[in-house]
Amino acid sequence: MQPEMQSSELNVSVLLSVGAHPKTARSRRADQDAKALELALSLPKARVAAIHAGDAGDEALRQYLGMGLPALQVLPQPKEADVVPVLVDYLRQHPATLVLTGGKAEQGESSGMLPYLLAQELGWPVVPRVAAVESVGNGKAAVLQALPRGQRRALTVSLPCVLCIDEAAPAPRQSAFALGQRGKIEVLSAAVTTDSERADWTVQPARKRPKRLKVVKAKTAADRFKAATAKASGDGGQVIVPKTVEEGAEAILKMLKEEGVLR
Amino acid sequence: MSDIIRRDPRREWILRNRLHPLHASLAAPQDQWMGPNGVLRKNPHAVGFIGPNGIKRIDRSGSQTGDGGSVRRSGAAEVQLPVFRVEQPAFYVVVVPDMVGGRLSSHDKDVLGLAHQLVKQSSAARGEQGAVLAVVFGAHKESAFDTAGVDRLLHLDDSKYTGYAPEQRLNVLTSLERTLEVSQWLLPDSLEGGGDLGRRLAAKLKQRPATQAWALAEGLVTCRAAGQREDWQRPASRILLMANECAEPVSETRHEVKPLLEELARQLELPALISRIEDKGQVAVDPSAVPLGEAEFILSAGNGIRDFALFHDAAKALRATEGASRVAVDNGDMPRFRQVGATGTWVTARVYLAVGISGAVQHLQGIGQCDKVIAINTDAGCDMVKRADLSVIADSTDMLAALIKLVEGYRGAEEGEEDAA
Repeated sequence: MQPEMQSSELNVSVLLSVGAHPKTARSRRADQDAKALELALSLPKARVAAIHAGDAGDEALRQYLGMGLPALQVLPQPKEADVVPVLVDYLRQHPATLVLTGGKAEQGESSGMLPYLLAQELGWPVVPRVAAVESVGNGKAAVLQALPRGQRRALTVSLPCVLCIDEAAPAPRQSAFALGQRGKIEVLSAAVTTDSERADWTVQPARKRPKRLKVVKAKTAADRFKAATAKASGDGGQVIVPKTVEEGAEAILKMLKEEGVLR
Repeated sequence: MSDIIRRDPRREWILRNRLHPLHASLAAPQDQWMGPNGVLRKNPHAVGFIGPNGIKRIDRSGSQTGDGGSVRRSGAAEVQLPVFRVEQPAFYVVVVPDMVGGRLSSHDKDVLGLAHQLVKQSSAARGEQGAVLAVVFGAHKESAFDTAGVDRLLHLDDSKYTGYAPEQRLNVLTSLERTLEVSQWLLPDSLEGGGDLGRRLAAKLKQRPATQAWALAEGLVTCRAAGQREDWQRPASRILLMANECAEPVSETRHEVKPLLEELARQLELPALISRIEDKGQVAVDPSAVPLGEAEFILSAGNGIRDFALFHDAAKALRATEGASRVAVDNGDMPRFRQVGATGTWVTARVYLAVGISGAVQHLQGIGQCDKVIAINTDAGCDMVKRADLSVIADSTDMLAALIKLVEGYRGAEEGEEDAA
């Protein structure tokens, strides 16, 4: 724990959305948002405020409360509303040091644009794919960013900032039903900006994407015939029969260095 | 080189002209000569010439002598594609490829292919030529920009763009937007950085992007939305973040890969920037915690391993994720979740080091997507050796011990250098 954090509490706002099960589409706590809340709750000396912009009556919100959150602020918004302006207003009135969000919503357009738009409006930096927050203090946050292939990158960001929490963050704690029922949902008043642009977009269930075919672009009949009949054979690599084991190990090490996998 | 048999008229002409200084050298294999006993010998095979279709022709009229100079060439024909030229681009479609590992990924190539379709459509609609501009940040190893479809290249090889530098990169893109006539921005919507940069650009330019778009036809894009459950069809936006396999890559043309005109590059005056995100470099990750399916470097054990303690040491020394064949798992030497193959995990490693694995079909299926396979095996005729890019025929125990020693020496030398620096 950082010494400077003990003197002043850290204001953390977590933006929560209602998720949907990928197969049944049943509403649930959104996976990445739950991870963001888990991360916020596990930050030392953090005062966590959870905000949801949407339907206050959704039962799935209780699952967030069941994670040990005493109260949840809801900015009531209809489904077709643009939630960015109302969240920007809220964050301007209730200043936070860290704003945690998921990477992408599980409902609606799920473009993943919200954290970027918030950061742009507020003039804050934004870091996507955060897997862990290591320390917060001295006007900086040290975070770990998830990279493909399970790798991690250390970054420092100046505060205040928006962090999008990735799938790779620690799994969220279990939600307790009774605790969720006892939690308070505070409905605030909020203006509604309708997202008129998407009114005439067509929405349909996801179609299975066509598998890419291997197209043979051969100019002559002989080439086409060869492509259709020839067995795809690996041309075989280099085979070494080393005189000493060191010689073979050298060859392997050389290839590993060329590929840059030795770290 | 093509397989088409071509005549060399000059050579034929020299062969006809006995007074030509090169005649003697070219007409060396004679079709008839005086034998030692004064008998005229003829070479029946040297008569005639190979015609344009590869069939031997014998011209009895005497108008042609020797072979026509056509030599049948073999080997794989490399087709020289026609060059697509743009002299004065009136507008640009800008692509920012991910350049994973310094090379164009297949995702990048798909996006470049789509960019070409867009350039063709817009050029026809506007009546003026456009070009595809690729913006490449940091050092790269790519040599095939021409066949991937890059008309103009802006290569920013400055140390400030390497690593995670989204703010600096965004700075370049916004100044491009000011100086060039950009009709569309195309970025791969990937986790490698394209998705992040594209969203930053969209927020900065206040344009609504199409994200996870996978089809583009007649000005309408289809985007995956609602957590992959829905397809949203909408008019194409200026910023398109395209999903994998969104279009066919360029295959029928070569492109110029001209560096962006210097004056234009000079016009790109970049506003001063205070970076708020600082890259502290990659963190060492415990390789055994990385899921097998997405590990970059796998050391895999098979039936040929007798000393598993040594194998674990080797994995630790190489900092590789451990894998195993079915035999090693069934014998109880490795846990089930380490099994690679059709019944286990399908791996996507860049380098797969198979020790003592002969290569059952199911195992080879599981490693189908690996880039480089290295095999250590005592049997030079096994299927794994046929699949591998590098095979070492040696005993696994000796080989692993030598490898550990060598890698530790290499690491020690490297750390010594770092300390000295």
